[in-house]
Amino acid sequence: MNRHLISAGDLTRDDALLILDTADELARISDRPIKKLPTLRGRTVVNLFFEDSTRTRISFEAAAKRLSADVINFSAKGSSVAKGESLKDTALTLEAMGADAVIVRHSASGAPQRLAGWVRGTVVNAGDGAHEHPTQALLDAFTIRRHFGRSSGPPAGPEAARTGTAGSALDGLRVTIVGDVLHSRVARSNVLLLHTLGADVTLVAPPTLLPVAVGSWPCSVSYDFDAALPKSDVVMMLRVQQERMNAAYFPSVREYSRRYGLDVARMAQLPDQAIVMHPGPMNRGVEIAARVADSARSTIVEQVANGVSVRMAVLYLLLGGAEAES
Amino acid sequence: MTGTWLIRGARPLGGGPADIVIKDGLIDRLGGTAGPAGAQVIGAEGLIALPGLVDLHTHLREPGREDAETVETGTRAAALGGFTAVHAMANTDPVADTAGVVEQIWRLGRQAGHCDVHPVGAVTVGLGGKQLAELGAMADSAARVRVFSDDGRCVSDAVLMRRALEYVKAFDGVIAQHAQEPRLTDGAQLNEGEMSGRLGLAGWPAVAEEAIIARDCLLAAHVGSALHVCHVSTAGSVEIIRWAKGKGWRVTAEVTPHHLLLTDSLAASYDPVYKVNPPLRTAADVEALRQGLADGTIDCVATDHAPHPVEDKETEWDTAAFGMTGLETALRVVQQAMVDTGLLDWAGVADRMSRRPAAIGRLPGPAGTLGAGQPASLALYDAAARDVVDPATHASRSRNSPFAGMELPGRVVATFRRGVPTVLDGKLA
Repeated sequence: MNRHLISAGDLTRDDALLILDTADELARISDRPIKKLPTLRGRTVVNLFFEDSTRTRISFEAAAKRLSADVINFSAKGSSVAKGESLKDTALTLEAMGADAVIVRHSASGAPQRLAGWVRGTVVNAGDGAHEHPTQALLDAFTIRRHFGRSSGPPAGPEAARTGTAGSALDGLRVTIVGDVLHSRVARSNVLLLHTLGADVTLVAPPTLLPVAVGSWPCSVSYDFDAALPKSDVVMMLRVQQERMNAAYFPSVREYSRRYGLDVARMAQLPDQAIVMHPGPMNRGVEIAARVADSARSTIVEQVANGVSVRMAVLYLLLGGAEAES
Repeated sequence: MTGTWLIRGARPLGGGPADIVIKDGLIDRLGGTAGPAGAQVIGAEGLIALPGLVDLHTHLREPGREDAETVETGTRAAALGGFTAVHAMANTDPVADTAGVVEQIWRLGRQAGHCDVHPVGAVTVGLGGKQLAELGAMADSAARVRVFSDDGRCVSDAVLMRRALEYVKAFDGVIAQHAQEPRLTDGAQLNEGEMSGRLGLAGWPAVAEEAIIARDCLLAAHVGSALHVCHVSTAGSVEIIRWAKGKGWRVTAEVTPHHLLLTDSLAASYDPVYKVNPPLRTAADVEALRQGLADGTIDCVATDHAPHPVEDKETEWDTAAFGMTGLETALRVVQQAMVDTGLLDWAGVADRMSRRPAAIGRLPGPAGTLGAGQPASLALYDAAARDVVDPATHASRSRNSPFAGMELPGRVVATFRRGVPTVLDGKLA
């Protein structure tokens, strides 16, 4: 495995499975009354967030703390960054403080990769611009795997999956990702990772919200949500950003919602075993109806819980795992 | 300083060896054997002799951004690249939109003395795209401006572009357009295609360039004026220009060295040294540009030398400045992309890097050829040399060369401007 996690495309199938299997084991610890492991004691993990994202930051913070790492939260707002400090100077500062891992969220695509060139520690991409969000894809894959135990026979429910998923991938599972693919780092990472794990991914969006060269991606593309529904084991809804709503990507929020929103009627078109996912935060009533978000098919809350386990696995393997081997 | 020089054994335009005698600023003789008495001798056996190169598109940054480049450092870089004349783009601070500013730049060029500096005048006041600058005053000034451009910005208003094209006919001017439809490129970062989609960078679609070029060709034809298209970067643009030229319209075009060699796949590193406007395109575009330059659809190579200080490039991609240095590597890149591939011979290089840009720039005198009786502006070039580009050795004040670390052929050994050496043995004379 690489020293950094910048893109889901950096992960081989074996890398990805190792992370998911490790997350499975670590998830069991979350069920214990004392949730802490000593693995990263004495290591320093910096949460470097240039963009507000309380949920992702908290998830990484919880993951690092459960592995006993020292966590420093560095938010760009109100810091020297707000006074014009460059990304490079911030990197050199973290370097001087001896950060073993830097978890970075940035509005500019590629910022984690630039950072990785300036620090000795491990860089984990916690979302960069419209580029990638690899730990989100990992937690999504983890969630899907838990719901579709792939060890034997037809898909089983979550309880059966809990026991029999280790080492299994997502071969042949049909995942439909719906929404603003053009600006979505979640979509990019998911397409790459789910493809690596053997799933058949279909992107559904209005043509305005797809990259012009999406044909070169390892997935199918459709403009017709209704046609894709009966052929979906997983439907993943993407958030529609507020700033897209007035930029002629679609005529109106209502029209978007009618054509690409997941409401109860559409949910009824899904196969029985299908699940509904959303990376959050949701626009209830826009891309997903409240009744769908709160339905039994929805894994949205579960995704949040799984996020901590998967991020523990990533930190463990990138920091602790390497240490243990050497 | 204009002594007598005997250049021994050089190959004019890559042909057979011939001694060149320079006297009183002119090429006194080409060929023959007996050297003149008292001449300084340069052993140039095997070196290619080219007419002094002319750049239609250089950012010298002075006045305003002397931290990036000055007329002094930029013209040093030019001379070291084999250039004897450069056109200084107007997007300085203050903008070169008045006779006063263009004369200041012209004078700074005369003082620096490393190569001729021909200021380009802005088309619109402050590059604002609203009101024509005093084009006539700049044309009549000591700087004799003939090329006008808002480069860095597109004259996107069709009426304003039409008026500019019409107006400069009065003094044989040319409008050099930075073809970029602004609405289609709002926030654009990288060629729109596979790479921009993968990297999550806002796309700069080819159509934003091609649509403006098509419109401007039609406008130039309608008013019977001269259009020059800056830094053509797409295969579609080459086709449109080929079509316009086929109609007999007065359209000329340039391509940069970097667009002849590099592709958008380099952006995968997110290193903004590869960030430029127009952006690096695909391998198919590179191939079409090379073909267009070879068949004459694209008239000339122009560097778009765009120096930037380290702090404007050592950042996230989105916030970094657009632009690349190019004066000191241009001829070497052209050798790699055009000569070593068999697309152009050295006479062709002389045509595309000296004769044609001089003609487009309306430069007086027979710049662009080598012949007895002409001003002795020439470059001696060792096409057999090779080394790895190291921007730290460049005379430009900036270091943002996209060719850093690449091995390129060639070395400029000497440059003469009107009989005076500006570069000897690869160093400033």
